[in-house]
Amino acid sequence: MSQSKHMSLLEVQHLQIEYPSRHGVMVAVKDLSLSVEAGEIVGIVGESGAGKSTIGNAVIDLLSPPGVIANGEVLLNGEKISGLTREQMRTVRGSKIGFIFQDPMTSLNTLFTIEQQMVETVLANEKVTYEEAYQRSIDMLNAVGIPKPELRIKQYPHQFSGGMRQRVVIAIALICNPQLIIADEPTTALDVSIQDQILQLIKTLCKERQVGCMLVTHDMGVVSSVTDKVAVMYRGELVEMGTTSQVLGAPEHEYTKSLISAVPRSDIKLVRFPMVNYIEAAEELHQLDIANHWLGQSQDQKAYQGPLLKVENVNLRFTTKDSIFASRREYVQASNNVSFEIVEGETFGLVGESGSGKSTIARAIAGLYAPQSGKITFEGIDLTALKNEQARRPIRRQMQMVFQNPYTSMNPRMKVADIIAEPIRFHKLAENNQQVDQIVADLLDHVGLGRKAGIKYPHEFSGGQRQRISIARALATRPRFLICDEPTSALDVSVQAQILNLLKDLQDELNLTMLFISHDLPVIRQMCDRVGVMRHGSLVEVGESEQIFTSPQDEYSKSLISLMPSFENLSKAHLQIASS
Amino acid sequence: MTTAVTASLSRWQKIKQSDFVYYFLRDKVAMLSFAVFLTCVIVALASPWIAPHDPYALESIDIMDSELPPVLFSDEGDERFFLGTDNQGRDILSTIMYGMRVSLTIGILAVGLQLFLGIVIGLCAGYFGGKIDSLLMRIADVQLSFSTMMVAIIVSAIFQGAMGSEMYSQYAILMLVLIIGIAEWPQYARTIRASVLAEKKKEYVEASLIMGLKAPRIMFRHILPNCLSPILVISTVQIANAIMSEAALSFLGLGMPVTQPSLGSLISIGFEYIFSGSWWITVFPGIVLVSLILVINLLGDWLRDFFNPKVYKD
Repeated sequence: MSQSKHMSLLEVQHLQIEYPSRHGVMVAVKDLSLSVEAGEIVGIVGESGAGKSTIGNAVIDLLSPPGVIANGEVLLNGEKISGLTREQMRTVRGSKIGFIFQDPMTSLNTLFTIEQQMVETVLANEKVTYEEAYQRSIDMLNAVGIPKPELRIKQYPHQFSGGMRQRVVIAIALICNPQLIIADEPTTALDVSIQDQILQLIKTLCKERQVGCMLVTHDMGVVSSVTDKVAVMYRGELVEMGTTSQVLGAPEHEYTKSLISAVPRSDIKLVRFPMVNYIEAAEELHQLDIANHWLGQSQDQKAYQGPLLKVENVNLRFTTKDSIFASRREYVQASNNVSFEIVEGETFGLVGESGSGKSTIARAIAGLYAPQSGKITFEGIDLTALKNEQARRPIRRQMQMVFQNPYTSMNPRMKVADIIAEPIRFHKLAENNQQVDQIVADLLDHVGLGRKAGIKYPHEFSGGQRQRISIARALATRPRFLICDEPTSALDVSVQAQILNLLKDLQDELNLTMLFISHDLPVIRQMCDRVGVMRHGSLVEVGESEQIFTSPQDEYSKSLISLMPSFENLSKAHLQIASS
Repeated sequence: MTTAVTASLSRWQKIKQSDFVYYFLRDKVAMLSFAVFLTCVIVALASPWIAPHDPYALESIDIMDSELPPVLFSDEGDERFFLGTDNQGRDILSTIMYGMRVSLTIGILAVGLQLFLGIVIGLCAGYFGGKIDSLLMRIADVQLSFSTMMVAIIVSAIFQGAMGSEMYSQYAILMLVLIIGIAEWPQYARTIRASVLAEKKKEYVEASLIMGLKAPRIMFRHILPNCLSPILVISTVQIANAIMSEAALSFLGLGMPVTQPSLGSLISIGFEYIFSGSWWITVFPGIVLVSLILVINLLGDWLRDFFNPKVYKD
């Protein structure tokens, strides 16, 4: 398909995508131009709302209404494919452009076998016999690394694991020999161990078959491991584009620099994340005189010697099948003989894959679940022996939790000031209403939201700001122990860096002890002094965080650590490295 | 994506700019339905003042005026009675106005009772779960397995027998509210339980548990306000249902007495005369009843569509 003039495989010229609404026109993508060559993987990276998925959808004309291409054009091999009719576009999709979706659990039709879905794709796009189409499907499944394809092709999607399904999705995307593949967050829904295999598969297939690939992702790890070129998007605009090593190693635009410095690194531990105010400038932090302020005057500071929190042989199981006969009940062991200690002022991390029982332990400590056996002691008081809510209340005040999902962790029908004031009023920690208002305003100020935030409702804030409210609420009882359950996993990377910085600052000021739970190893490395690795409800290894990351002892820890994305080619400018 | 937070807006401006008003003003069916419903409510409330006659004042009724046809349809009509008269000489127009008052009162009060029972039972069942949940929901299932009509007929027949029809007709409104309220609460309890189960899993409930808040406070202050939208939606349907149940009971002679007719009893009165040519006694109240129910249901549909799109408000 070589023409006289050099033509890129995909050429996007001055593309402008708009979403008209009653509040005016929202420009999702502004005057974007980029190109993809055959056999090249171009990463499109950016945070949520940057318009990166919109580009992919616009190329194959699958914009969700009311989105429209307001300006610009898309060329495939020099032929214009934007603005085609539905029927013309249909011939382009599938046969010339393949699409890999984010969630393999929902992108296959559960009612059809893999054979039906693959053969259908071929027959819809090409004039071949059923046998040929079947043979091609088998070959394709072989190519994406599915063992025994003759057997597996007869099966339904639910008989495949998540990673295997994504392989099938890739096979379907490639079966008509498209020239271009658009992959929209192809590994976000997968576990770390599978993520890498899928990325390598996409990479090899693209190189072998000389297929161009547009890889949309928010994950710097993905970008650095597979892409040749990278385009950085910020609020609908392309701020920087270049080869991957150049953009990641020597970023030029301020946003790219800020984004890269906010990535939690797996290789070094930083004191703080620098320059993260590009996205969402927090209000100027008003320094509080903590020692003389209400926040610093907890009446609960006792001189207790020994570890603040002790978890001893905690067993906890959930009933999966109930029956009146004890022998027929079925359980899942969510926590199996877990023991660890947390000393005052430190951050203890719990890490593990989904379903490993990290959150269960946190909820048992917070008193939401009662363990079947074992002891949890806080300052020498055995929490599992407390019989009623009355006895537990003084402990509740000293232990608070920051939750994962900033969208559901606050009552959407209460004003922010009431949300934060509720624990103060409930535990009668202030003398009168004026003092409560004063404390709430100070707290909001202190977490970087400004005093006026109190009169609004939670939905008026962004995810990161809501997480700040959540932290302010947790601090409102003047706790000594803070449980953070994946506090940043729903946030964009630069907002995550801000929240992590805030937590670090608060910990230093208030001498907080923290239990920090995350599935994200680099985040754990940045935050924690000591780490426990969990698997299937058991704690497999506990140790100093630097020691776990540099020389893990347990086999499982070793494999987890080895799967961490490496950011060797990431710029290290402006970073303060913590001395161990 | 614009996080333009305008805090200085007054409450009224906020309401005027809200999505609710915006989408309402762009939906002609919803606006028309609301206008009709509002007219019905105003007419019902104001009937003692705006109705041309008082159908309850027996001294003003003349039997000689009975079964006069509507003015528009026949020369025999009397100008005093625009929509004609019934078999006792009452003005149909006034009787419809008063009847609508009775029907709406029963509908709204019965739904109020259902709401109260449904909220308490549904919240307890959903929040506490386990045995309490099983017990309450089985009671609801049993209640639902009797048809509303059957329960209503049995109960009202028993009360009518025990109290005598005279006494019964005195307390007819109260009795109908109780009967319809008790027969239909499981609808509410089920809906509320379902939304409580969904809300209970959210982290803000866990956060209040960790704070040490007590169950009633979490239930009523945190969970209940977040279950309001489904409650609002089914309330419209339930009001329509309650009005219909009342009409059906009255039609069967177990509801409002002839002296205080509701829309249902008016239809029933006229039904006896429909073959003797006096169609207007049945048809006009029938039209009013059907349009009242229709607009309430249309409003309910619109509310459901408005609340349904599951988008994060960000």
